[in-house]
Parts: sequence; C-alpha cells; structure tokens
Amino acid sequence: MNNPSEPTPRISRREFLLRAGAAGALIAGSAAGGLAMWQRRHFVPGFQEKQGLHLPSYSLTPDKLLPEMAIAHGAEHEKVIRAAIGALGGMGRFISKGDVVVIKPNVAFDRPPALAATTHPDALRAVARLVLEAGAAKVLVADNPINSPAGCYLKSGLLAVANELHLDLLYPETNSFSPIQMDGEILRHWSFFDAPFKRATKVIGLAPCKDHNLCHASMTMKNWYGLLGGRRNQFHQHIHSIVSDFALMMKPTLVVLDGMNVLMKNGPTGGRLSDVKKMGTVVAGTDMVAVDSYGYTHLLERDIAELTYIHKANDRGLGNMNWKQTRYKEVQA
Amino acid sequence: MKIRTARRISQVFFFSLFTFFVVVTDLRYLKGYPVSLFLELDPLVAFATAITTHAIYKGLLWSLLLIIPTILLGRVFCNWICPYGILHHFIGWIFGKGRAADPVRIESNRYRSIYQIKYVILIAMIVAALFGSLQIGLLDPICLFYRSMSTAILPALNLAAPSSVYVRQYFHAGAWAIGFLLFVLVGMNVFIPRFFCRVLCPLGAFLGTLSSAALWRIERDPTKCVDCDLCLKNCEGASDPHTQLRKSECFVCFNCIEDCPEDALSFKFMPPLQHEVTAPAVPARRAFLGVLLGGAFFGFGRSSGDSDRNYSKKVIRPPGSVEEKEFLERCIKCDQCIRVCPTNVLQAAIFAAGIEGIWTPILNMKVGYCELNCTLCGEVCPTGAIQRISIEEKTGVGAFAAQGPVRIGTAFYDHGRCLPWSMETPCVVCEEVCPVSPKAIFSREVTITRRDGTPIKLRQPYVEPSLCIGCGICERECPVTDEAAIRVTAIGETRSRDRRLLLDGGAKSS
Repeated sequence: MNNPSEPTPRISRREFLLRAGAAGALIAGSAAGGLAMWQRRHFVPGFQEKQGLHLPSYSLTPDKLLPEMAIAHGAEHEKVIRAAIGALGGMGRFISKGDVVVIKPNVAFDRPPALAATTHPDALRAVARLVLEAGAAKVLVADNPINSPAGCYLKSGLLAVANELHLDLLYPETNSFSPIQMDGEILRHWSFFDAPFKRATKVIGLAPCKDHNLCHASMTMKNWYGLLGGRRNQFHQHIHSIVSDFALMMKPTLVVLDGMNVLMKNGPTGGRLSDVKKMGTVVAGTDMVAVDSYGYTHLLERDIAELTYIHKANDRGLGNMNWKQTRYKEVQA
Repeated sequence: MKIRTARRISQVFFFSLFTFFVVVTDLRYLKGYPVSLFLELDPLVAFATAITTHAIYKGLLWSLLLIIPTILLGRVFCNWICPYGILHHFIGWIFGKGRAADPVRIESNRYRSIYQIKYVILIAMIVAALFGSLQIGLLDPICLFYRSMSTAILPALNLAAPSSVYVRQYFHAGAWAIGFLLFVLVGMNVFIPRFFCRVLCPLGAFLGTLSSAALWRIERDPTKCVDCDLCLKNCEGASDPHTQLRKSECFVCFNCIEDCPEDALSFKFMPPLQHEVTAPAVPARRAFLGVLLGGAFFGFGRSSGDSDRNYSKKVIRPPGSVEEKEFLERCIKCDQCIRVCPTNVLQAAIFAAGIEGIWTPILNMKVGYCELNCTLCGEVCPTGAIQRISIEEKTGVGAFAAQGPVRIGTAFYDHGRCLPWSMETPCVVCEEVCPVSPKAIFSREVTITRRDGTPIKLRQPYVEPSLCIGCGICERECPVTDEAAIRVTAIGETRSRDRRLLLDGGAKSS
C-alpha cells in the first residue's frame, strides 16, 4: 500500500512505452479487425448467387466397332454379368490399370436381397471383381439411401461383399456433400454426394430393375438419384424432368442394369417375394437411355410410350431410346 | 499393490467398459456385446421392476452378482464399479475439493443430515412402484448416465466432430435439459464432494440399506485412534470412520484405512456392531414423508389421465412395447433404445406421456421413422418395456401371418397441406416410401382443370388403414417438412385393445 502522503513514483520511459504501445496495438487491432470484417451490403436471404462444382464426364470416346449395349441371359448372376461385359469387349475396354472406380449401387432401402429392391450383392461382387481384374487400384461403393445408411448397407448384403473384396464402402456423412452446378431442366444447383468423386477416374452405375409408383420404373438413369442430398422429396413434383436431368448430370463410363430378378410391382420398395419375377437378364451399356429402354419394354414388360422421362432424355439428345438402332449384342451365358 | 491402486484400476476398467458399451450400441458395431450389462447388473432396476411386474425380466437376474457382494461387503459398487460414481469421483478430484488443504477436505467429508434425502427419495420411488409407476430411472445413476450419453453427450460430440458417432446427425428434443441436469449434478461436486452419490442416489440408498447386514465392515480401534480425523481426508461416502461408522454410507473405498497414521482402522469380518450406526439414519417421520410423496406422485400423475382416456396422440411407442400402463411399470428411462435406434425416430418424451412418462421413448416422425426390418430397441431393452420380438413377429409373416403385423399407430392425411390434394402439384413421395407390400398408401389418378384452364393429371394418395403399421416414413419423407401432410398418431396400435382403430384389428381385411 502506498502512503498517500508519499509522492507517487514516476514510471520509467520503458514502462510508459510498453503500456502505451499495448493500448495502441489493441486500438489498432480492433479497428483493423472491424474494418476487415465490415459487411457494407445487405443481401436477400435465399437469393444469393450460387456456385457449385461441375461434374466431369467419365464416359470414354465411343468405340466405332464394339457394341454400345449388351444383353445377356442365363441363370447364374456372375456368369450373366461376365457374359454381358464380355460382349461389350470386356472390362478392359472401360477400366485401365490404376483407375479409381466408383460403383454406384441402388441401396435406397433397408431390405434383404431377395426382395429385389436393392442392388444384389452377387451383382456387386461380379462387377467389382471384373473391375479389380482389369487392374483398378481402388473400388469405391457409394450411395445416399432413403432409409438409414448403416441398415441399408448391412441388410442389402453389400457390406459383406465390400469386406470380402476390400472395397471402400462410403457412408453419406455430413461432410460428404458439396453442391453441383448444372444446366438441367429442373436440376441446376443441388447438394451432391461428392466425397467418392474427389478421387474417381471411372464411374459405373449398377442398378436393379424396379417398378416405381410415381415414375413407373427405377433403372440405371433413376439410380443417380442416390448421389444427391438435400430435399430430394421435392423431386417428385417434376419427377420426369428430374430423372432425365440425371442423364445430363452423370456421364458414366458404364451402366449395368441387373434384371436377374425384377421388382414388377409395389415398387420401389417391394416387400414380398411375389412382387419379384425371375427374368435372368443383365443389360450393360454405355448409353443409359438405351439400356433403360430395353429394361422397360423387355424386363418390366411395359409400353415405352408411358415412360415420359425416357422420351425427354431421348429428345434432349442424352441417349437413344430406340435401342435396336444402337450397336447391340445379345448373348447366352 | 496398494488397495487405492487396485481401486483406480477397477474404476478405469468399469468406466471404460461402460463407455465402450454405449459406443457400440449402434447397428454398425453391435455384434454380440452384452451392451445392457450395467443396467442388468443394477439391483435397483431388478428390485423395482420386480415390485411393479412381479417378475425378473431376462438378464435382470444378473443383478444378483451385485446384490450378493453388497450384502457381504457393503457398497463396493459405488466406488469400484458405478460409472456415474466414478465420473463424480473424478470430477470432484479435478474441480472440487480433491486437492484442497487437509482441514478443508476433512470438513467436506463429514456426515451431514442432508445425506438422508436419498433414502426419502428411494422410499417415494418404491411407494410409486407399489402403485405401478416405475420412477427409479429418473435418478438411478446407470439410467441417468446412459440417458445423458444417449440423448445429450453423443449428439453434442457428433456436432463437434461430424459423422464421428452417427452417419447423419442425431437430434433429441429436450436434450439440453438432460445435458444441463448432468452438468449441474456433476458440477455440485465443487461444493459438496460426491453430491449426487451422497444426497440423491436412490441406488446408493438401496445398496446402503442392503449393506446394513454386511459381514465385513470398517472397524476402528479406539485404543489406537488419536482423533486426528485424517481418515476423513479422502472419505468418499462421508461415513464417519473417525467415530461411529455409518456402514450404509460407506463406499468401501478403503481410503481411511490407508490414510490412518496409527493403523487404527481395519476391514474386519463381523466386528462388534456397537461401534457403528448400522442402519440408514432416517427419522420415521421423514420416511413417512417419502411414502406420502410417492403416493401423491402416483395419484396426481395417474389422475392426469395421460395413460388412460386422455392419452396423447404423440405417445407412439416403439414396436413390441407393452400396453401403456404396463409400459409405465417397466420403462426405466435409460434410453438405451434411443441410443440404438438407427433412424433417430426414438426421442425421450418430455411431457407428452404425462409426468410419469418423462424421458420414456416415443417416436417422433418429424425426425425419423420406424425401420420395417428392425427390432433393435426391443433387443436392448433390459426390462421388457419393449419386448424382444423377432422381425417375423413384427412384420407378421410366416408363422405370424394370422395375427398380422405389429402396428404402432396409423397415418392420416391432412388434405389442406397435401400437394396433390390441394395444390395441383404432383408428389406421392409417401406412397413411394411406404414399406409394406401391398403398400398401405395407394393413389388414384385424377385429371383436374387448373386455375389457368389447362388439365393436369395427378395421383392423389389415400391410406388403407388395414395395411398401415404406423411406421411413419411417409411423414418423415413428406416434402411439407414443418408439419407433414400425412401424420401418424397413436391410434391403431396393436399393443392396446382400447387403442385399436379397426374392429378386426386389420388382420382380416388385409
């Protein structure tokens, strides 16, 4: 305690400079920080300009001789898939050594494989083996299911295949999404399951052939729905435009439509074995519009005239719905 | 090895084991781990559910593993095994008086009369249980700690590190209250060491009562004792080892024996009881106050009608749940079902199920939905409030086709909010995601003339009640996300005759 009668000690020059300097630095820092972070303009919430990534094309330059589409029939899943890919010229046509390949199954629902609502584990095993045999460095399997992802991967049997073949099964985690930007009829800026594509060099769509309550059928084109995030439940308001937009959004290396067991009714969820019909067919090709067109008429056995999205995709030049006009090959396994 | 070291090893082991079980209670990791072990070991859970249901459900028999050592040795559980007690011990050591000067610590560990409160709480809970209202879970440490983990701590951790605990972020309505309660209870260690354990814990009170008969006890040799009170320095239970030991308060931590400079304290087989306060010190009138409290809780709670005529449409119970009044006899609010639920649909009720049903699980379809091929909640339920039904029993297939599926509620359309019904816009997401076959939601195609005169074809959806199981995925996926155009309410649940909707339960008409 200082005695008030004693004169207050004078501060040294050094102390004066230090204290004044500290105060001055704080003032300067506050001012600099404030000015640096100063937002001068307002914006209208919800109407900001949006930026997103542009997805590259993963398709190869068309081959002049090899078929664009192959249809294989048979009884055994793996054999039929091998026959279909073989008819296209083998997996070596699509996958080179060192490729990082994304396989996009449809695992939207928490269902056992027999109900044919999800990509069959045997189909994933066959395609993944072919890809690995062709020299791929890495196979990533990714989907953003409607049901809970853990349950979907587990009960569809895909988790077991991924463990067996050491595939990277990616969960749609919080940070796995970034917006994409495109010029679709409806789809322009949307949250996208981007994590697998950061490394991918090739993309294969592997879809089951299913009935769908609203858009009639879920096949290889509709399969890309599972790469989107956000408020997907609004898609149904313009479902045919959206599904045809998927053909614009994703240019895959290859699509495989698994029609070994087809979900003929009560789709896309199914639920009873009686909803499923054995068709023993696999269609593979580079043009998803042609592949789906075959699937609709020959696997779901319906009239293509009603499948609006395929007409839209065809008319927009995103593929050829007259699959018979394409170079195709039909084989028995 | 010092006993203190052995105890610390035990504490680290059991706390880690509890945390491990909490973490693996997830479809991705849940192999065959006995994740309910701590709840099944908890003697208060077994005892109180035995009062309400007159039965010991499945794994609850494991509680004998804890009852027997307690009768022989005293409350060893509290300081060697209880993960919540260990948490308090640890927090008290870091933030509390654990490192204060000796006199401060000695004073903080003297017995106080407020430590009787836990016995009054226990009495009130047992009386409520006698009437059929199981409330031990409000304060039972295993239930309380599990609930805090399941609804507050894990979702908060996942916010800090996205997708570390859950693939998609989980939300629990009212989690903040559970989280803050944990914070306050743990924080009280700053003022009174082991506040929760000494003052509130009904399990501690139960074990304290059991330990009245313990054969091994701390014995003080008054000829050696120099009344230095150093035995109080680290006394966890505040059990007065420096004078007449209060056995029912003693956590058997053995700190007093190790701290005694004169070797006056020892753990002895059948020491003379004259040196002790053998039974919990609760005056009869206070005990009777507990009786009144328990009776009043039941009386006021039950007469509010939440489990009867005035039941809430929001009380949609997990599949396999027993009828509501029985549910209140069994549910211990541990919220392990909430932890394991793969869709986040299970939520801890606040007041929807009445005061008796606070923190019991209900389904909130705004957050999640009930997965058709999933019975995990019943798998982990330690008390059978949610019975351990199979997928076949739940979905009503195979041998169970005649009785039909387990229904938890029924979906209803709100036409004013439905896009195809009132807004001339195509939709039917609800029909798409309906998981039963044939679908309980179907649509009729209509062509309507729009305001501008152009025609539009739309599908307008309907619910077929005999097929609807109340899973709520329609509500979860409805694009009208603030209040869905289709909503599930509790009516139609198969667990209750009184709450069914269709005369034949839907079994025949499907």
